[in-house]
Amino acid sequence: MNAMTKSAAELRRAARDHIRLPRLETPFHDRLMALSEVNDWYNWAGYKAPHSLFDGELEYFAIRSTAALFDISPMVKYRITGADAERYLNRLTLRDVRKLGVNRVHYTAWCDDHGHVLDDGTLFRLGEQEFRLCCQERHLPWLLDSAFGFSVDIREETEEIAGLALQGPTSHAVLRDAGFVGTEKLKPFDIATFPHEDGTVTISRTGFTGDLGYELFVPRAKALSLWDRLWNAGQEHAIRAIGFGALDQARIETGFIVANADFVTAEGALRADRVRMPDEIGLEWLVDPDKPNFNGRRAILDARRNQTLKHILVGLEIEGNIPAEHALVYHRQKHEAGLVTAAIWSPTAKRNIAIASLERPYGSKFTDDLWVEIYAMRELKYQKMMKRAKIVPRPFVKLARRTATPPGLK
Amino acid sequence: MQKYDALIVGGGHNGLVTACYLQRSGLKVAVLEKNGWVGGAATSRELTPGFLYSNCSYVCSLFRPEIMRDLELPKHGLQVIAYEGGAVFTRDGDYLASYRDHDSHRREFARYSKRDAEAYERYARDVTRQCRFIQPLLMRTAPDPFSFRPRDISELLYLAKKFGEFSPHEMAETLRFWTMSISDYLDEYFETDVIKAYLALSGIIGTALGPMSPGTAYVLLHHYMGEVDGSVGAWGYARGGMGAVTQALARSFEAAGGVIRTDAEVSKILARGGRTTGVVLANGDEVRADLVVSSADVKRTFLKLVDEDALPGDFVHRVKHFKMRGSSGKVNIALDSLPEFPALPEGSSCMRGDMHFTDSIERMERAYDDWKDGRWSTDPFLDMVIPTTLDPTMASPGKHFMSCFVQYCPPKVEGRDWTDADRDAFAETVISQIASYSPGFRERIVHMEVRTPREIENEVGLTEGNIFQGELTFDQLLFNRPVPGYAQYRSPIHGLYMCGSSTHPGGGVMGAPGRNAAAEILRDLKRTPEQMSKAHDVI
Ligand SMILES: Cc1cc2nc3c(=O)[nH]c(=O)nc-3n(C[C@H](O)[C@H](O)[C@H](O)COP(=O)(O)OP(=O)(O)OC[C@H]3O[C@@H](n4cnc5c(N)ncnc54)[C@H](O)[C@@H]3O)c2cc1C
Repeated sequence: MNAMTKSAAELRRAARDHIRLPRLETPFHDRLMALSEVNDWYNWAGYKAPHSLFDGELEYFAIRSTAALFDISPMVKYRITGADAERYLNRLTLRDVRKLGVNRVHYTAWCDDHGHVLDDGTLFRLGEQEFRLCCQERHLPWLLDSAFGFSVDIREETEEIAGLALQGPTSHAVLRDAGFVGTEKLKPFDIATFPHEDGTVTISRTGFTGDLGYELFVPRAKALSLWDRLWNAGQEHAIRAIGFGALDQARIETGFIVANADFVTAEGALRADRVRMPDEIGLEWLVDPDKPNFNGRRAILDARRNQTLKHILVGLEIEGNIPAEHALVYHRQKHEAGLVTAAIWSPTAKRNIAIASLERPYGSKFTDDLWVEIYAMRELKYQKMMKRAKIVPRPFVKLARRTATPPGLK
Repeated sequence: MQKYDALIVGGGHNGLVTACYLQRSGLKVAVLEKNGWVGGAATSRELTPGFLYSNCSYVCSLFRPEIMRDLELPKHGLQVIAYEGGAVFTRDGDYLASYRDHDSHRREFARYSKRDAEAYERYARDVTRQCRFIQPLLMRTAPDPFSFRPRDISELLYLAKKFGEFSPHEMAETLRFWTMSISDYLDEYFETDVIKAYLALSGIIGTALGPMSPGTAYVLLHHYMGEVDGSVGAWGYARGGMGAVTQALARSFEAAGGVIRTDAEVSKILARGGRTTGVVLANGDEVRADLVVSSADVKRTFLKLVDEDALPGDFVHRVKHFKMRGSSGKVNIALDSLPEFPALPEGSSCMRGDMHFTDSIERMERAYDDWKDGRWSTDPFLDMVIPTTLDPTMASPGKHFMSCFVQYCPPKVEGRDWTDADRDAFAETVISQIASYSPGFRERIVHMEVRTPREIENEVGLTEGNIFQGELTFDQLLFNRPVPGYAQYRSPIHGLYMCGSSTHPGGGVMGAPGRNAAAEILRDLKRTPEQMSKAHDVI
């Protein structure tokens, strides 16, 4: 054995960090730690992540008014490469990957054989034969098993790659002043690489906020210098670091769903009736029946034809201003129709909004006369309210600056 | 001559559970125990000064919380303390740990295989799904498909409905699960030997089957069950050793007015004209009662204590062929200091969980090959715990009690009886295995209790030393346990009931057989059970 290469056993013995640190620290931990005024952390997929850093409400306004920096490193990431990578991903996921150009991103989802959604995520095409799949849950056995007969290499790279979301109206100004020349040409879902130190950073015009925004990926070792570069340039553009609480508000306004919050993933569900088909969680638009065969295709098309879809995901606008989180939805105030999975008073739309999962025919055939029952705990007493709810299209908040190219600077 | 409403043969935990429920429902009950102490296979004994041993069972996972609450066991001193993960030591000087923290657990598995690390969630989900199906059946009397009583039909319907909630796909999965070998099952999820060995081992404990024998996947479930309980502290050590469970039961029973007689071996259960009238003790005393409930195993009860001619021939035939094969032994060790395991990092939480040394399924199967040849395994697999790392009541500070459950160990050695020399040679396989991972281990030993099936049978009365009072194979479960047509705690003799682990749902310190038996007896007496709360829902 060469002195430079370590044996599998040695590598294994070296990898014992979890004993000292059961909660992983992201590559940006040092910066987040220094900025955290309130020490409000939570567990995101095994990582210590900020729920808020100084004030959740003010952090939200950084997204909508200036620039917000959010650490997305804990997102699960797989690198898929090889001659059959496109064909493989086309077989795996719902959308047509042949239509995804190099240096483009699309949002997609993938299903088990029964057409039940395993997860949703973003697929980055970094090269003709090179992709990155980002998602909430872990799927390595599924991805590897699905690769049978394809010439592809699949690698889990969550810990190796650091990710940052830079979102908000001044986010492009920050990038420009940080010296990333050419980002103004990026249209939504475009990807480009830019020099950073002796390497590169991959920047895409994507995000989870429905605002103007970018996501940046670098190898772990380059994380802190990237942060500092953005942070320094951001000072004149009122950049703030934010936690998940603020991001969650923005994503609800945009109507995005979160796996295992707005739906239960097929591999996570213990109860047989909790799984969902794409059409049951508002993802029917991802299903491309015209592309070559993909996993779950027959089950999904059968369910459509036989009208056996049981659920539907809708956006609701609710009377008043009390958020209806996890409230029951009723039809005519008496028949239980479903459940609110996410709800906020939208600071931007000034409306009381919610995402709800309804049991068909509620939400499909019966769309009127819907109500939600809100239990609001106020000083140790539930204030019970029955409030009228109206099905409305998502996104609840639509901002022209999200798509404007070239992007605005404020 | 004394007369009671009900006599319980044997003061194991199930006998005591039945006794408590009957006494609380207004019957006058006496427990007759052959040993000088109660507890059966759930005892704590001080065999050397300053050390308390959990002689037989050593971890409490299955004991039903409904019973603890109904019988006020916490008030009578029972405390179950949750324990941490554990480790398997590998032959290359490393180990595979398990952690309570989900993500640490995943990262530990990832040291061996990233794929296996992510497969664990799928595996845990599938096993949990099976547990969720089985768990509600524990606290219900199994339906008798031979009877057409409305209750049996509705219980059968319940089963059918539980099944009916399954998709055809899940139903197929369940049938596969119940009949597969644990080795085949694990192969469908994992690629790493040590990971499979770790998960298989805790599964096939107490069973005279190897990891490659069909039916062992279900046994895994029997051990996994405690974990879906949802109540904190479901898996753990009984504070004060497993005897704390039976001591609390005994106190609860006596507080309700029940009578416990120790050193009172029953030599005969009386049956006249097809009904029981009481028992005769080894000292010749006769104790009368119209109800006799035996917690001894089904072979001991019907082949030793009841006249064969009082029983239908077919029943006797079935009892004779009920599989009770001893497969395990136990070595209890008093240590004057905490052993060191250089493979583990300092202060590792693994020392507070269960530790194993068998890092491949193949080694486990080879250990089983020895058993088939009628020998104890030369390379046995151990389930080793040191409860004193969490329980300060079993030894003085700095001293430790170590419990090693050992598999395999045959009921007879190459067809002949065990000798003391055999027993010592068996113990040596265990000690030398530990010592090869823990330098200086032998020097720490203060006292040792070695139990082969011979000792277990002689003391606890478990036929062949089978720890579950009968194998937990699918042919011996539900309405086939212990004998088809007699799965509802009744026997061919009027007034004679069974309540031990030989009955549904089987062995382990679970208490469910004892409770279900009490419910059936009270039903026959047309009494509504007092203080028997409904089984907890699995939602
Ligand atoms: C070595 C070993 C380790 C185990 N480890 C675990 C574990 O860690 N966790 C777990 O959950 N389970 C474990 N088990 C299994 C569990 O302990 C048993 O399944 C359970 O304790 C059996 O309880 P029981 O009340 O049904 O019967 P027993 O405990 O067998 O009780 C029967 C009682 O009847 C008495 N008796 C028998 N014949 C007569 C007679 N003629 N007259 C009067 N009295 C009589 C016996 O002395 C005994 O007290 C283990 C068992 C063994 C042997």
